[in-house]
Amino acid sequence: MSLWNFSYAVLGLLLAPLLPGITNRTKAVFAGRQGPPLLQAYWDLAKLLRKGTVYSRTTSWVFRLAPPGGLACVVAALWLVPVGNFAAPLAFPGDLILLAYLLGLMRFMTVCAALDTGSSFEGMGASREVQFSALAEPALILGLAALAYATGSFSLSGIFGGVTRPDWLQVGPALVLVAAALLIVFLAENCRIPVDDPNTHLELTMIHEVMILDYGGPDLAFILYGATLKLWLLGALLANIFLPLTGFAGPAQIACLVAGMVVVAVLTGVIESVMARLSLLKVPQLLVGAAALSVLGFVLMLRFAP
Amino acid sequence: MTLILMALAIWFTTGVLCLAFARRPRLVQMIGPVGAVVGSLPALFDASRALLTGPVTSLYLPWSLPGANFAIGMDALSAFFTLPIVLICALAAIYGREYLRPYEGRKALGASWCMFNLLAGSMLLVVLARNAVLFLLAWEVMSLSSFFLVMFEGEKADVRRAGWTYLVATHIGTAFLLVMFVLLGQPSGSLDFDDFGQIAGTPAVASLAFVLAVVGFGTKAGFMPFHVWLPEAHPAAPSHVSAVMSGVMIKTGIYGLVRTLLWLGPPPLWWGYLLVVIGAVSGVLGVLFALAQHDLKRLLAYHSVENIGIIVLGLGVGLIGLGSHHPLVAALGFAGGLLHVVNHAIFKSLLFLGSGSVLHATGTREIDHLGGLLKSMPTTGATFMVGAAAISGLPPLNGFVSEFLIYFAAFSLLGASGIPVIVAALVAIVSLALIGGLAAACFTKAFGTIFLGEARSGHAKHAREAGPCMRAPLILLAGLCLIIGVSAPLVIRVIEPVVSQLAGATELGEWACTAALPLAIVACVGVGLLALFVMLATVRSALLARRLVDESGTWDCGYIAPTPRMQYTASSFADPLTRFFGPLLGTRRKFSGPRGFFPDSASYSTETPDMSRERFYKPVFGAVEGALSKFHWIQHGRLNLYILYIVLTLLALLAWKLGK
Repeated sequence: MSLWNFSYAVLGLLLAPLLPGITNRTKAVFAGRQGPPLLQAYWDLAKLLRKGTVYSRTTSWVFRLAPPGGLACVVAALWLVPVGNFAAPLAFPGDLILLAYLLGLMRFMTVCAALDTGSSFEGMGASREVQFSALAEPALILGLAALAYATGSFSLSGIFGGVTRPDWLQVGPALVLVAAALLIVFLAENCRIPVDDPNTHLELTMIHEVMILDYGGPDLAFILYGATLKLWLLGALLANIFLPLTGFAGPAQIACLVAGMVVVAVLTGVIESVMARLSLLKVPQLLVGAAALSVLGFVLMLRFAP
Repeated sequence: MTLILMALAIWFTTGVLCLAFARRPRLVQMIGPVGAVVGSLPALFDASRALLTGPVTSLYLPWSLPGANFAIGMDALSAFFTLPIVLICALAAIYGREYLRPYEGRKALGASWCMFNLLAGSMLLVVLARNAVLFLLAWEVMSLSSFFLVMFEGEKADVRRAGWTYLVATHIGTAFLLVMFVLLGQPSGSLDFDDFGQIAGTPAVASLAFVLAVVGFGTKAGFMPFHVWLPEAHPAAPSHVSAVMSGVMIKTGIYGLVRTLLWLGPPPLWWGYLLVVIGAVSGVLGVLFALAQHDLKRLLAYHSVENIGIIVLGLGVGLIGLGSHHPLVAALGFAGGLLHVVNHAIFKSLLFLGSGSVLHATGTREIDHLGGLLKSMPTTGATFMVGAAAISGLPPLNGFVSEFLIYFAAFSLLGASGIPVIVAALVAIVSLALIGGLAAACFTKAFGTIFLGEARSGHAKHAREAGPCMRAPLILLAGLCLIIGVSAPLVIRVIEPVVSQLAGATELGEWACTAALPLAIVACVGVGLLALFVMLATVRSALLARRLVDESGTWDCGYIAPTPRMQYTASSFADPLTRFFGPLLGTRRKFSGPRGFFPDSASYSTETPDMSRERFYKPVFGAVEGALSKFHWIQHGRLNLYILYIVLTLLALLAWKLGK
């Protein structure tokens, strides 16, 4: 274990707020606007951390628990993510389950906090959040199970260290299918179009944004920072699959993955620019479709894996 | 053994004493709970000693009943199941004393406590019995005593119906067990358990016995589709009884199944497949039906079906591991399943006791009528939240540990050869993932609607926190959820003897080493999580220290006068999911919308009756009743003709005997 193993998590803590900036800039380019500065998320966080806050009279300690609790979950999960051949600082068999369930714990707290306000808007968002995540979780775990089968490892570090260039030649289509499934999960879990719209101000149409309506000040800063870290975390799973294609080894892989994160952010921006948000009734079908892609990937690997 | 006999003696005598002093409710309220707690201490001591130091003790006394011997024994498996039984019974008794106080003088508390202590004693005897007749006797006492406990409020029609369903279901299950024991006892002519193990019956006989055990024990444990009594009986019983029934009594079914597996020799693969399918169906459908409920205790009862499904998934993966010669997988699967037995006992009794406190304080089990109880019932609310997170399998609590072990086993099985094995592993993985997400949805719904937000009705507005005797067991159980969660590497050391009894002693300890490292890291992450949380919360209070922290109403998007009735309800919260899975649930919706320019009233209600009850049991029992009613003319109430039947039967028997 060297310092390189820690680099990705540390970089995430520093660079994650850059991702929404890149996505927004991409969307601005598509729309022919100038768009907000790349570092806007940092300014927002700095501004929020300097503010006071207002709590609703209806709320209890559950409402105050969620922002630091959720941020703690996602920061803890960050140490489970490997980069190519660099194992994660906390690599062990079964870490992919812990990753999924840490995100589950974060969601549990956010949803409870939303219900704590007693607002029907936030209840509505919470209800949608649990519905979509209940369907996204099997897709995520199935996709990782397909990769686990192909590499014979039950740890994220083993899985992503085990995907090699020859694997791409043999089961390339299966890997693409799994990557497509993970992309859908990435968009759904991070509340992006086509599942959720992070920009709309009509609370009725939103999921994640509406759950945090009543937060302000440092609490909101924790939540926003946690959301960018979650982008970084799930984006890394996606980018890691394609890493062997670049042919780099050693610390160059880390630079390569950071570049991959930029690509993911741009891709998110492109998707948000060229697509409309799906009708809420269609979203479950999309998520079940993601699970189906994972299963199909698994079947292909079953047939063609070495 | 002396200690165990002492425990049994204390439970049975205090039970009988309660009946003797039934006229004096105050006295009964002392004898019953004190007897239950005092009786549990020696049993707890003996079982922990057996599990930690591992001597197998037994007692064998001949009995005049044909085929019967008073044979009891304490091995690792029995000790493992004894622990939750005595723990939960003792805590439920402490809780029940206060819970039943409003009924003093109004209800037959003597009979209730008598049955409670009989139930505790008979459950202990079930896991200790080493003779089929003794086992079945204890099994029957357990079923009947719990039946009478369910009928506590027998003046209500739905309670009577629930009790009746339970009585019928449990006896159908027992009938299968009778056949199974006869089958197993046939070759050696003995009904002692020690003789079952020595006969390696033919594979066909073993498979038949296995299927009989799955149906017989599955009825008690609540496997889908034999679970129909569960969502009826658990809500009908008083809450401390529901905690015992749901927490530990249904686990005697799991115990029976596991014990049977020890006699049947090496399992063929399809046993494992069968259990994985049963586990997946029970787990997923259990949690879906739970989502559709708005009666709190009925919701919890369906969650018992779900958790039994998780346990069976673990056992099924373990059996596949045995059948495909992966001892490591077998050990991990059994370990996960068995650990989930204890974990479920802890958080389910926590949740049932918590729901009892809610019922006690508000007088309603209807989730949609509650709200905002966290402020008036802080301890109950906080412990309920711990239980809700634990049952959703979230780290760092105990539910995560057992689900993690089952995941671990299933993922390890992916490396096996053979498409069916891999498909079974995949089914286990997907259903665990789906169950996890849906359980989190269901418990955020229950916890959020009951304890958070504003009170939705007068019931909830005037609630008061329960007394200390009702809070202490909750705190203890919530603490256990956390302790087992962060001390998992030690806990699996303790259950190692049980697992090696099941998975074969050849791989002694290897699986525990394999599982200990990940669990240790998980535990560290859990502790780190708590530290990180404390740090961030401190940062927040430091930041807010000298700034304006104001209170105001919830932001309502510009609307002026929101009322608590506008909050999202449990039904609306779960609606997207229940609609999505609608074809599986068959929810009936009644809706009359507002009409005209000046609408006066509108109503909406949903009801989700049990699918297997509606689609399978009702038609089948209807057909049976129809067929038997053809013989109604024989039974007409004339005594002299009945005597004639007896005489005719005797004559026929005599003729048959002489004719031979």
